[in-house]
Amino acid sequence: MTAALKVVAPGMHTTIQDLGRHGYQAFGVPVSGALDAVNHRLANRIAGNADDAATLEILFRGPTLELTAESARVAVAGASAEIELIGERRRILGGWRSALLRRGQAFRVSMLGETACCYLAVEGGFSVEPCLGSVSTYARGGFGGLEGRALQPGDLVPLAREHASERAELGITEPPRSGREQPIRIVLGPQQDHFIDSALECLVSEEFVVSTHSDRMGMRLDGPILAHREGYNIVSDGIATGAIQVPGSGQPILLLADHQTTGGYPKIATVISADIPLVARRSPGDAVRFTAVDVAEAELLRREAEAAFQALVAGLAPLKAASDLDSARLLDANLISGVIFDQT
Amino acid sequence: MAVKFLPSADSAVVVEFGDRIDRSVSDRVLGLAARMRAADIGGVIEIVPTFRSLMVHYDPLRTSSSELIGAIQSLLNSKTRLDRRRRLWRVPVCYEGDFAPDLARVAEQTKLAPEQVAALHAGIRYHVYMIGFVPGYPYMGDLAESLILPRRADPRIRVPPGSVAIATGMTAIYPLESPGGWHLIGTTPIRIFDTLASPPALFAPGDAVEFEAIDRDSFVRIRSATERREYRPTSTELPA
Repeated sequence: MTAALKVVAPGMHTTIQDLGRHGYQAFGVPVSGALDAVNHRLANRIAGNADDAATLEILFRGPTLELTAESARVAVAGASAEIELIGERRRILGGWRSALLRRGQAFRVSMLGETACCYLAVEGGFSVEPCLGSVSTYARGGFGGLEGRALQPGDLVPLAREHASERAELGITEPPRSGREQPIRIVLGPQQDHFIDSALECLVSEEFVVSTHSDRMGMRLDGPILAHREGYNIVSDGIATGAIQVPGSGQPILLLADHQTTGGYPKIATVISADIPLVARRSPGDAVRFTAVDVAEAELLRREAEAAFQALVAGLAPLKAASDLDSARLLDANLISGVIFDQT
Repeated sequence: MAVKFLPSADSAVVVEFGDRIDRSVSDRVLGLAARMRAADIGGVIEIVPTFRSLMVHYDPLRTSSSELIGAIQSLLNSKTRLDRRRRLWRVPVCYEGDFAPDLARVAEQTKLAPEQVAALHAGIRYHVYMIGFVPGYPYMGDLAESLILPRRADPRIRVPPGSVAIATGMTAIYPLESPGGWHLIGTTPIRIFDTLASPPALFAPGDAVEFEAIDRDSFVRIRSATERREYRPTSTELPA
């Protein structure tokens, strides 16, 4: 039997993603890839992989999976997301750490409401044939990942390795915050001159709310109407991830990883690359506020974000076996008694 | 019109040559695209030509907007001759019956006979301005003036792949099943997008396309050969 993660329950929308399919936008092929590249990379690093290894991107509700390999090392990254072993060895392993699983072990990824997305990495990665240089799933086009679609019950997600390596488990002691309350930084343009002045003021002063009509292609934002100066059609031009396009309704759409490569609506502003993960973590109903910076600041902020990522990776440390056991015992007790102890 | 550099935060720079659909604007866009491919500027992830601008996606950890704009400016000022490779594709199209669900309506609206619509459509060599909307979707122009119509008032939720369509001054081929608001006047049996091919789209921006009317029998024969991967549409290299 091939080494795999067997999908017992797929979760809401679980797909294979990497850092995206670059170089084909001139042929109309979207980039796709992880919505939150930071936590995708962190999950990989904790599991012992390179940044661009494939992970499972998990949106809103986590899957239940079962290991059909001798052993595997897994890690989950994303706010309060946790790995929960189920079956006889029921136990919460938590997130931001690696864990060794044995054949037949079933586990659930629970999200606990703090983030819209989290990433599950397996040491050695998944064994999936790349399509146009990437394993990222582009469900609308029906290619990439596992048969070009989200996971379904009964799927076997093939693993590259039959065994986990022998090493200590790693964990991040101070996981990054999800940044849910943080204002999202934007640079105005490329078509801010297609909007009336008060629309630009509105964009940076009013609160928007993530609409339920959101997916990997774009996040619709409810809130004030952003009025165009004259007409809402432009001659189609290119689109960058994070662009905020405003169709005739005046309700902005923040374009995410699966966005079209070109489009004919004016883009009032673009989210800076450092803040795209913060957007990806928000769920329908969450508030979004914008604040404007210039391009040079955006570039500086990205370098700072990258330095923060490298510092987190440098802080990856072996878990202390004893405390690991203690917390596991404590959590077992919680599960049995049904009482949540204060663990501080 | 002077070239404009518009920011898309720290992800891309839009090099804008104009604000309308025009062959001379398109030629400037594609000229810069060819120069950029040859120059291979560090930190550029990829470039996307559109009707009137070139979007340059970059890695802000490897270059900066100001550095990139400087490099693009010197390419714009460059006088070196360009070797722009372009191909002319011949695309078979069946303009009959079920293969042309909107042909009768288009004929009515343009006050032409259906055969005249098909002949006008197949009588022009088109320029591939850009590829976008869905993977492999080519925006080709310019359509004969008598065929120019607005988009359909009621867009279809599903347009079958291979549908040959017109709207405004453009014609296109739907590469995958997708929603669409253009008028469907024919169907091609060939595949214009294939993730197993390299590059995945048959046409590149700047290529030329001619349509050739075929009958139902030829359609069936070419489609089954295409499905067996035994049919490749013919193309020739055009002089630069």
